[in-house]
Amino acid sequence: MFTSLSSHAIGQLACWLEGGGSLSQGNMAATVLPCLLLLSVGWIVGDAAQGGGDTFREELLLTPLRSGDIAATFQFRTRLDSDLRREKVSHYRLFPKVLGQVISKYSVQELHLSFTQGFWRTRSWGQPLLQAPTGAELWVWFQDSVADVNKSWKELSNILSGIFCASLNFIESTNTVAPTASFKPQGLVNVTNHSLLRYATLPREVVCTENLTPWKKLLPCGSKAGLASLLKAERLYHSSYHSQSVHIRPICGNADCTQVSWELRQVLTVVFDLYSSGMGKRDWSLFKMFSRTITEPCPLASESKIYLDTSGSEKDDDLFEVSPFTAHESLVPVHGDKKLYTVYDLLEQSVFNTSRNLNIALKWKGSPSSDAGPPLPPVCHAERYVSGYGLQTGVINTMIYNNHPYRAFPVMLMETVPWYLRLYVHTLSITTKGKENKPSYIHYQPAKDRRRPHLLEMLIQLPPNSVTKVSIEFERALLKWTEYPPDPNHGFYISPSVLSVLIPSVTSTKTEMEDSPLFATIFPSSDGSSYFIRLYTEPLLVNLPTPDFSMPYNVICLTCTVVAVGYGSFYNLLTRTFQVEDRKGGGIVKKLANIIRRIRGVPLLDAGSLQRRKGHAAEAPQIGAME
Amino acid sequence: MAAPVKPSLAAVEVTRGKRAAISIALISAVLGLPLWWKTTETYRAALPYSEISQLDTLQLQLTVPVEIIFTKGTLSVEQQRKLPSSGSKDKEVLLNSHTGFNCHYVIKYRIASIGEEETLALPTFKDADEALQQLDKGDLGSVSLYILAETSALFTEGIHVYIGKYRRAFVKYAVDQTDRIENVLRTLNTKVQSVIQTMSFNEKAVTAALSDRIPITHFNIEDLENIRRAFKSSPGYDLTFSLLNPDPKSLDLNWNISSASEQYIQPFLDKLSPVANFSVDSQILFYAVLGVTPRFEKSTSSYILNANNLPHVINPVEARLGSSAASLYPVLNFLLYVPEYFHSPLHIQDKDGKRVPTNAFHSPRWGGIMVYNVDYNGQEDQEFPIHIDINMVQVMEVFLTQLRLLMGISKVYVPDKYVLENPGTDGLTDWELDKLLWSRTVENIVTVTTTLTSLAQLLDQIGNIVINDNVASEVALPGSNSSRSHCGDSQGAQEEVYHAVSSIQIALSELDAGRLEYAFQASKTAISSSEKAFFDPSLLHLLYFPDDQKFAIYIPLFLPMAVPIILSLLKIFKESRSKKEANKIE
Repeated sequence: MFTSLSSHAIGQLACWLEGGGSLSQGNMAATVLPCLLLLSVGWIVGDAAQGGGDTFREELLLTPLRSGDIAATFQFRTRLDSDLRREKVSHYRLFPKVLGQVISKYSVQELHLSFTQGFWRTRSWGQPLLQAPTGAELWVWFQDSVADVNKSWKELSNILSGIFCASLNFIESTNTVAPTASFKPQGLVNVTNHSLLRYATLPREVVCTENLTPWKKLLPCGSKAGLASLLKAERLYHSSYHSQSVHIRPICGNADCTQVSWELRQVLTVVFDLYSSGMGKRDWSLFKMFSRTITEPCPLASESKIYLDTSGSEKDDDLFEVSPFTAHESLVPVHGDKKLYTVYDLLEQSVFNTSRNLNIALKWKGSPSSDAGPPLPPVCHAERYVSGYGLQTGVINTMIYNNHPYRAFPVMLMETVPWYLRLYVHTLSITTKGKENKPSYIHYQPAKDRRRPHLLEMLIQLPPNSVTKVSIEFERALLKWTEYPPDPNHGFYISPSVLSVLIPSVTSTKTEMEDSPLFATIFPSSDGSSYFIRLYTEPLLVNLPTPDFSMPYNVICLTCTVVAVGYGSFYNLLTRTFQVEDRKGGGIVKKLANIIRRIRGVPLLDAGSLQRRKGHAAEAPQIGAME
Repeated sequence: MAAPVKPSLAAVEVTRGKRAAISIALISAVLGLPLWWKTTETYRAALPYSEISQLDTLQLQLTVPVEIIFTKGTLSVEQQRKLPSSGSKDKEVLLNSHTGFNCHYVIKYRIASIGEEETLALPTFKDADEALQQLDKGDLGSVSLYILAETSALFTEGIHVYIGKYRRAFVKYAVDQTDRIENVLRTLNTKVQSVIQTMSFNEKAVTAALSDRIPITHFNIEDLENIRRAFKSSPGYDLTFSLLNPDPKSLDLNWNISSASEQYIQPFLDKLSPVANFSVDSQILFYAVLGVTPRFEKSTSSYILNANNLPHVINPVEARLGSSAASLYPVLNFLLYVPEYFHSPLHIQDKDGKRVPTNAFHSPRWGGIMVYNVDYNGQEDQEFPIHIDINMVQVMEVFLTQLRLLMGISKVYVPDKYVLENPGTDGLTDWELDKLLWSRTVENIVTVTTTLTSLAQLLDQIGNIVINDNVASEVALPGSNSSRSHCGDSQGAQEEVYHAVSSIQIALSELDAGRLEYAFQASKTAISSSEKAFFDPSLLHLLYFPDDQKFAIYIPLFLPMAVPIILSLLKIFKESRSKKEANKIE
C-alpha cells in the first residue's frame, strides 16, 4: 500500500487550482508544463512489509448507505515482488500467471479494467469509494518502449476479452481516446506522455456470471476460502449495483523505492437493496445478503479483515446493535474525513463463533423513520441528459453540483462522444449561477468519421454551493446501412462523462502507511488538505435516424421493373413486323371514317390502307396478343 | 394497286423483325452475359493447382549420408587399394497407392586418417568419441561408422557395437582379408544396417510420421499409442509446470522451480532448439483437487488411484490451469500434485494392480501428472501449516522423461551386443535429435500436403470464395525465403499458397539431397505458410452468400428480359422448320 501517492491528477489539479483563476484559455499550454514537472516528483512509497515472496491481502468493507441500502466492497490485493518490466518472470506463486504474461508481453505500465452493472446513485448513496461507469471500461498506460501503441492496445483488448469472457474485442479506434489530463498513472511511474495512454468504454456491455468466474479465478484462494467464498453469482446479480474491477500497477517494493513490485488489486462493489425488499426494516446480516457466512480466512492471506462503517453511531449509541461484538475499532481517513469502523480480523480465531462461522448482523433499534427526510447530498455529484427533439439535432447537458458551503474546487470533465454525433464546439456553453464560467484548460480533439471519437476535456472551477451546466449541441449523422447494430431502434449508447475532482477535506487527513486499510488507499492523497475522487455520469442513449433496412431490395426490384418495362416496349418496337393487309368489308372505324370523309368531301379510304397487325416475331408479354 | 408490292413488303418486314430479334439475342449473349459475368465475378487469383495435385501423391526420397571408416587392421593392403570411394543402397517402401518412401543410403568408404587412429588408441570409447568430435562435428542427419578390428582393445567382452552420444558408432567386424572387397562390403552393409537404422530413422518411424495419409488399420495398437502420444509438430511449445496444493491450510509447499528448470529442463530444451522454440513457466494452484476420490487400501494403509480412474483426474484440474495468453503454441502441462493430509500417501496403480514406481502418469498430447507424497511421520504434533520443501531432483527426473515421450523421442531398444552412451546433462544425444528431425520433417511435409490439398479442394468446391493476392507478381521464389519472413502479415492467401508450395518442394529436394537441416527449415516455413493461407481471413468474405438471395435480386431483371428473347428465338426456329418442311413437300 501507499504512504503518499503519485496521483498526478491531483498534482495537476492543484496546479490548476493555483493558477486557474487568472489564466485564460489562450495560455493554457503554459499552465500544463510546470504541473508536469511537479508531478514527476510525486512517487509512491509502498510498504516493505515482507522482504521476499508475494503477499496477498483481502478485505471487506460494509457501508450502510444513507438511503438504507448497504454497500459491500471487497478488495483483494496480490503483490508480486519482481519487476515485470525488466526481468523475465516466468514462475508465479500468488500472482496469476495469465495476467503476468499479458503485462510482460504487451509492456503494460498500468492496467485498469472494470465491469459494471447498474449505476452508482451518488445523490442518494453518497460519494463512492471507487465508481465505475456502466458497462466495461478499460484504460491502459503502456511503457515507453512500446513502438506501436495502437497495435498493442488492440491485441491487449482482444486478449483481455478472452480472459474475462467479455466483448472487449469491440474496442477499436472509433471508441478509443488518449485523454490528456483526466487519467494519470496511479502507480510508480516515470512516463507521463499521454500518447502512451489508451482509454475506452463499452456502455452496452452486459456484465454477468461469465465475467465473475474468471475474475474469481485470479484470486489465489479462488472462491474456496476467505472472503471470496461470499461471492455467489445468484446473490451478487440480484442487486442494485454491481461492479468488479482489476487494477494492475507497479509500486515501490521497499521503503526507499529501490525495488519495484507489481500490485494486482481486485475490487468488487455490490449494493444490496435490503431496505425496500426488507419492508422498510434496516436490519441486515451477511447471511441475508450473500446467503452464506464466512467460515475461514484465506490461509494465504497475510491480512483478512472486515470493516463495518459505524460512523452513524457516534451521535446515538442506541441506534443499532452489531453482533457479534468486537472491541476493535479504528478511525480511518476516507474522503477527507475520519470515519469510525468496527474491525473484524479473520486471522484471529476469536471472531468465529462456536460453530466456526462468522455472520455479522446489524439490528436496528431506533425507529424505522428516525432519520427521515431527504439525505444530505454529497459534496460533488453530476448528472447528464440529452435534450432536444426530432432526429436531426440535440443537446448534451451535464449538470455538475458543488454542495460545499464555502469552498470552490476544480473539476476535470472529460467527454467522449462517438463520431456519429457531430458536436458543434461553438455551441459549448458553461454556465454557473447564470453567468458564463470560462474553463481554465480545454482540450478538444474533433472526431474523424469512422476513425475516432470526439474528445473534450475541460478544467472547470466550481464556485461554492453552485450548479454548473455544461451543454453542447450535436447533429446526428446518417450511418451506412451495414453500420447499424442488430437492434438499431434501441438507440446508441454514449459513454458517460468522467469527472476527476479534487475536493477539499473536512479534516486534514494524511493517508497512513503500512496498516491503513485497502479501501483508504485507492486514490491516496499526497497532502491532507484535499482528496481525489473520480465520478462518472449516466451513459446516454441516443436515437439515430434509422432507415428501412429492406430498402435496398425494394430499390433493386423497382429499378429492375422499370428497366424491364422499358426494355419490353423497346424490344417490341424493334421486332414487330408491319404489313399491309387487305381488309375487305373493313371495320366499324373505317366505316365511320368514310362517313366523315364523305361529309368533308375527301376521297374515301379503301381496303388497301396500312394497318397494324400482329407481328411475325413473338411480342413482349405486356403488349400481349393484339389479334 | 398495291397487290404486287404486298408480299414483298411483308416479307421484308418479316425478315427485318427476325433479324432484329436475332441480333438482340446475339447482343445480349455476346455483350450482356460476359458483362454481367465479369462484373459479378468473385476475384480468384490463380493458384498452383497442378503442383498441389502433384503433392497428393507423395513419394519421399530420404537420403542418409553414411560414412564408413575402416581402421588399421581391418582391411588387407589389396582390399584397401581396391576400396571404392562410395556406394549406395536403396530400400523402397510403398504404403499405399499415393504414399511411399525410399530410404537411400549414400555410403562413403575411406580409410581412417592418422589422427583418427591416434584417438582410437584412447582407453575408452567415451574419450575416443569426444576426441573425434573435436576433429569433425558431423552434419545433421549424417552417420559415421568406424569399423574396428576384432583385436581392438576398446571393446569389452560381448560388445559388438558402441553408439556414442554424437553421430558416431564403433562396430567390431572381422573382415575376411582374402575375400574380394565387393563381397566384404556387401556383407558389411547388411551388418551395419541395423546400426544405421538405430541412429537415423527406421521404416516404422517414417511410417508413423506418415500416419495421416495411411489408414489406421496399417498400425497395431502399440504403434498407434506411440503415434498419438507425441505432440504434433509445431514451431513452438509452452511448458507449464503447476504445483497443485489442495489444502494450503495444512500444507505450505515450496518448490525451487526456477533453478530446477534451469538445471534439468533448459539444457534439454537448448538441445532441442533446432526443432522448435520453447518457453517455460510455472504457477502454484491452491485448492486444486483431483476429480476422483482415491480408494483406501487397508493392507498398506495408503490411498490408491486406479489406472482407469486417471482420465477423470485431469478434467477438473484443467479448468484451473488457464491457457497461455501470450502465445498460440500448444501447451505441455506438467502437474505436481501433493495429496491432502487425509489422503496420503497416495499411490497410482497400473492396470495389473501394481504400484507405479514413479507415481506419475502422462496423458497423450497434454502433459504429465506426478503425485508427490509427503512424509508426515514424526510431524503429527507439528502445527499447521507444515512447511515442506519439495525434492526437485526426483520431480524433474520424472517430468524430463515425460517431456521426452511427449516430444516424440521414444526409448531406443537395441540388441544385447550394443552399448548406448548416456546422453549426459543434455538429456538428448545428437543422433536422437536427428531421428526427431527426420520424423518431424516428414510429418511437416505430410501436414502441408494435407492442408494444401484440402484448401485446393475447398476452393474448388465453393466458388464464392474470394482468393486475394496483394502482389500477384511476387510469386514466391526459392531464393526469397528469408526476405519474405519479415513481411508476414501483408501477404495474401495466394502468395502464401505459392510460398508453401515452393517451400515444400525445397524440403523435398533437400531431403533428397540428404541435407536434413535445410529440409526441416523449409518444411517449417511451408507449414506456417500453408496454415496462414488456410486460415486467411480474406477467404471468408463472401463465403456465406446464399443462392436464394442471389436469385431474389436477379429474377426481377433477368426474367422479363430473357422471356421475350427466348420466345422469339423459339418462334423463328419453329417457322424456319415448318418452311423447310413446306419446301420439301413442294
